[in-house]
Amino acid sequence: MGNRRVVIDPITRIEGHLRIEVEVDENNVVQKAYSSSTLWRGIELILKGRDPRDAGLMSQRICGVCTYSHYKAGVEAVENALGVEAPYNAQLVRSLLNESLYMHDHVVHFYHLHGLDWVDVVSALSADPEKASRLAFKYSDLPIATGTDELTAVQKRVKEFVDKGQLGPFANAYWGNKTYKFSPEQNLIALSHYLKALEVQRVAAQMFAIFGAKQPHPQSLVVGGVTCVRDILSPTRLAQWKEKYKIVKDFIDRAYQADIVMAAEAYGTEETVLGGVGVKNFLAADAFMLNRTENLFQSGYIKNGDLSQAYDIDDMKIEEDVTHAWYKGTTPLQPYDGVTEPEYTGFIDGDTVNGEAKIIDETQKYSWVKAPRYDGEAMEVGPLSCLLVNYARGNKKVQDEVGAFLKRTGLPVGALFTTLGRTAARMLQTKLISDNAITTFNSLVENIKSDDSTYTKFEIDPSQEYTGRFIGEVPRGTLSHWVRIKDGVIENYQAVVPTTWNAGPMDGNGTIGPYEASLVGLKLEDPTKPLEVLRVIHSFDPCMSCSVHVMDMKGVELSEFKVNPMSSGTSC
Amino acid sequence: MNGFDALYAKAKDRIHALSELPSIKEESIEQMLEGRGIERRDFMKWAAGITAMLALPSQFTPLFAEAAKMADRVPLVWLHMAECTGCSESLIRSDAPTIDSLIFDYISLEYHETLMAAAGWQAEENLNNALKKYAGRYVLLVEGGVPTAMNGQYLTLGPQGRTGLSVVTEAAKDAAAIFSIGTCAAFGGIQAAAPNPTGAKGVDKVISQPVINVPGCPPSASNIVGTLMHFLLFGTLPALDRYHRPKWAYGNRIHDLCERRGHFDAGEFVESFGDDGAKGGWCLYKQGCKGPYTFNNCSTERFNQHVNWPIGAGHGCMGCSEPDFWDTMGPLEKPIDSHLVMGLNSTVDKIGTTLLTATLVGIGAHAVASIFMNKNDENEG
Repeated sequence: MGNRRVVIDPITRIEGHLRIEVEVDENNVVQKAYSSSTLWRGIELILKGRDPRDAGLMSQRICGVCTYSHYKAGVEAVENALGVEAPYNAQLVRSLLNESLYMHDHVVHFYHLHGLDWVDVVSALSADPEKASRLAFKYSDLPIATGTDELTAVQKRVKEFVDKGQLGPFANAYWGNKTYKFSPEQNLIALSHYLKALEVQRVAAQMFAIFGAKQPHPQSLVVGGVTCVRDILSPTRLAQWKEKYKIVKDFIDRAYQADIVMAAEAYGTEETVLGGVGVKNFLAADAFMLNRTENLFQSGYIKNGDLSQAYDIDDMKIEEDVTHAWYKGTTPLQPYDGVTEPEYTGFIDGDTVNGEAKIIDETQKYSWVKAPRYDGEAMEVGPLSCLLVNYARGNKKVQDEVGAFLKRTGLPVGALFTTLGRTAARMLQTKLISDNAITTFNSLVENIKSDDSTYTKFEIDPSQEYTGRFIGEVPRGTLSHWVRIKDGVIENYQAVVPTTWNAGPMDGNGTIGPYEASLVGLKLEDPTKPLEVLRVIHSFDPCMSCSVHVMDMKGVELSEFKVNPMSSGTSC
Repeated sequence: MNGFDALYAKAKDRIHALSELPSIKEESIEQMLEGRGIERRDFMKWAAGITAMLALPSQFTPLFAEAAKMADRVPLVWLHMAECTGCSESLIRSDAPTIDSLIFDYISLEYHETLMAAAGWQAEENLNNALKKYAGRYVLLVEGGVPTAMNGQYLTLGPQGRTGLSVVTEAAKDAAAIFSIGTCAAFGGIQAAAPNPTGAKGVDKVISQPVINVPGCPPSASNIVGTLMHFLLFGTLPALDRYHRPKWAYGNRIHDLCERRGHFDAGEFVESFGDDGAKGGWCLYKQGCKGPYTFNNCSTERFNQHVNWPIGAGHGCMGCSEPDFWDTMGPLEKPIDSHLVMGLNSTVDKIGTTLLTATLVGIGAHAVASIFMNKNDENEG
C-alpha cells in the first residue's frame, strides 16, 4: 500500500491562508510534507513608484498581527538608504514599541492560537477545581486566576457551553486526541489562563498604543524619527505605560511561564512533540536597544545545531529561490536584484484520506511563498533561533534564562530542538524581553531630561540613487526589507520575512524548508484529524500575509504593467 | 405617525420578531453577565452609550438592552479574503472591561478562521453547516478584498481549492445582512492600490446583495459593534452615505471634531515633526494630515479604549476610511496637491504670513475644503 495524502486547508488559528499536505505510510508516519500559501496580494509591486516616506505605512499593511514589524522595517530601510539617523529618543521609542509588541503578540499566540493544540477544553470539564487550585502552586509561587472559586466558575461556563452542543468557535475540533497530555486539572488551569489572557492582551495593546497611536496598525513613526513627542514628554503618559507594563509582565511571570513549565512536565514524554526541528540551521538578528551601548539580543547564525560556534551574517548571502513557488524563473536571487513574475499552476485532482480533493503537484510549483536561503542553506528563524544563536554567542542573559528553565524542568539542552522547545523558547524570549523592556523605558526617561529631540530632517535628492535595507528581529523571527530609490521614488522593494524563511517550499536543489522538514517522521494518531500537524505548524506561529507579498517587476514601468494580461481583471 | 414614532415602532416590531426566533444558546445574556460580575446598572449604562453613539434619542436605550438580550439569536459567519487580519485583531482588542466584547463573545460565532478551533475539512464542514442551518438568519462579515483577476485564483480556500470569490458569493446568498469590515472588504484596500495586480475589489463589487461598509484600517471595535447593534435593533440597514458607510459613524470629518482644530483655525501648524509646534500639539495639516477629507469618528472614539489615536500621537490622519486613499491621498505625509483641493494649500501658506488674519483665513480654508468634500458627501443613498 502506497502513501496516503492528508490535506489540511485552511490551517486555522494563524494569520492568513495556509495549506499543509502530508503523505503518511501504513503506520501513519509522515514521509513527505508540503507547505503552500494560497493567497497572493502583490504589495511590493504596489510600492513601486511611490514616495519612499510611504514605504512604512504601506508595507505595514502586509500584516495586522505583527502590525508594527513591517512599519519599522519600512521606515528604517528607507533611513538606511538615505543615510538618516533617527535621534536617540526615537530609537528608544521604537525599541520600546517592539518590546510592547512582543509582550502582546506572544501571549496571544500561546493562549489563543497555539494553546488549543495543548489544552483539551472538553477534558477540563472533569477536573476537580480544588485539586487544580492546589496544583497551580506547583508551577508558580503566586498563581494567577486559579482560585478554587474562579476555576469552578470557568468550569461551569464551559460546561454549559458544551452541554448545549452549540460550541461556536470551539466546534468540530480534535478534542479527545490521545496526544493531549494535560490532566483534567492542568487543562482547567490553562483554560482559566486562556480567558484571563483575553483581558491581559487588551492591556498590552493599550501599552503599545500609548507611544504607537493605535494597535493594530500604529501611526507614530516617520522616516527620521517618531511623532509621539508629546506622549514621551508627558509624565502621565509615561506612568500609564509603566502601569500597564506591570500588569502584562505580571501575567507573563505568573501564568505564561508557569504554563510552559507545566507543559514541559506533561509533554516531556510525548513523542510527537519531541521532534519537529528538521532544519538545524538557525538565523537571528540584532534587536532591542536597552541603552546607547547594549542590545538585548545579537545577530548571527549557527549550523547543524552546533551551539559551540556562531557566525556573522553577510547580507549578500541572502537569496530567494522560486523553483517551486508560483513565480517565473529558477535562479536564486539576492533581494536587491530580485526579478519575479507570477506563474500560477494551481492544484491537481487527487485522493486523500478524507476523499477526493485538490492536491499539490510537488513536481511543479505549489506555493505563493518563496524559499529564502542563506549561503544556499535553509534556515529556521524565530524565538528558538534567537535564543540558540544568542546562547552560542555567549549572551549571558540568554544563557542564564535558558539554563534556569532546563534546570527547573529537568530537560536536557537537546529538548530545545523540538516542537516543545520552540514553544518554550517563545515564552523564554517573552520573559527576557519583559524583564529588560524596563531598561529601555528608563533610558528614555533619563534621556528626555536633557534632550527632547525626536526627529532628524532629511532630503531626498531626485538626481541621486539610493539603496538600503533593514534587518531586525520581529515576533516571528528575522525580518529584512530591501529598497532601491531612484528619481525620488521607490524603484524596487523586497521583504524577506520570517514566515517565508520557515514556510517556503522546496528549492531548486531539492532542499526543503523548516515547515516541511519539521513534519517528516511525525506519527499521526488519526490522519483524518491531524492535531499533531497543527501543533508542529502552530509552534512556528505562521503569518502567511507576511510571507506572501512578493512581487518585483524590475524594469517594468507601472504604466506598462497596466496592460499586462495578469492584471486583466483589475478594477478601475 | 411622526419619524420618531415610526422608528420606535420599527424597533419594537424587530424585538418582537427576534423574540420569536429560537435562541441558539440557553443561558440568557443577563445570566451570563451576572456570572461575570456585571450588574444590570452597568448593562444599562452600556446600552445608553450605544444609543448615544448611534445618535438616537435616549428613549431607545431600553430597546437596545432588549435587543442585546436577543443577540444570541443571530449567528455570525466571518470570512477572511485578501487581508492582513488587522480587523480581526481590532475586534479582539474590543473594549475591556465594558461589555462590547462580551456581546461578541456571546453572539454565536460559527466560523472565524483566526479564532476557531477546527481546521481543514472540519473547518469547511462548520462553514457549510452554518450556511445551511441558519440560512436567511446569519450575518455575514467579510474581512479583506476579493481578488478577481485570474478567475479569482489569487486566493483559494479549503481542500477543494475553491476561490475566495466563489466562497464569498455563496455565503452572501442566504445572509440576513452583509458587513464589509475594514477598508479592504469595503473598497479593495491596499491590494487594490495601483496597479492592483490581483484585481482586488470590495465585496459589494462582486455580489448583488446590499452591503454595509465599515471601513478603516482597521475600523475601531465600536464601529463594528455599533453597526451590528443597529442591525439587531431595527433588522434593517442603517442610514448610509454614498459609500454605504453608516452615517452615525462616518457622518463627520476627522477635522470637524479634531482636538487640534483650534490650531488650524488659528493658523498654527507643525512645520516639521519634532518642532515646537509638534510639542505644542499644533495642527498637522502641513505634515499631510488628511483629516479634512476623511469621514470617521476617530476624533471622538479614538482607539484601544480611547488610549490614543494617530493625530494624538502627532501623526496626521492618512484617510484610511476613504475609497482608494492609498492612491488619492499619497504621499501620506504631504498635503494633497493643490490642484486636487482647489486652493486649500495656497490658503494654508497665507496663514503662515500674517497672524492677524489667521483665524479668518483658517475658517475660510475650512470652507473651501467643505465645498470640495460636499460634492462627495451630499445626496447620498
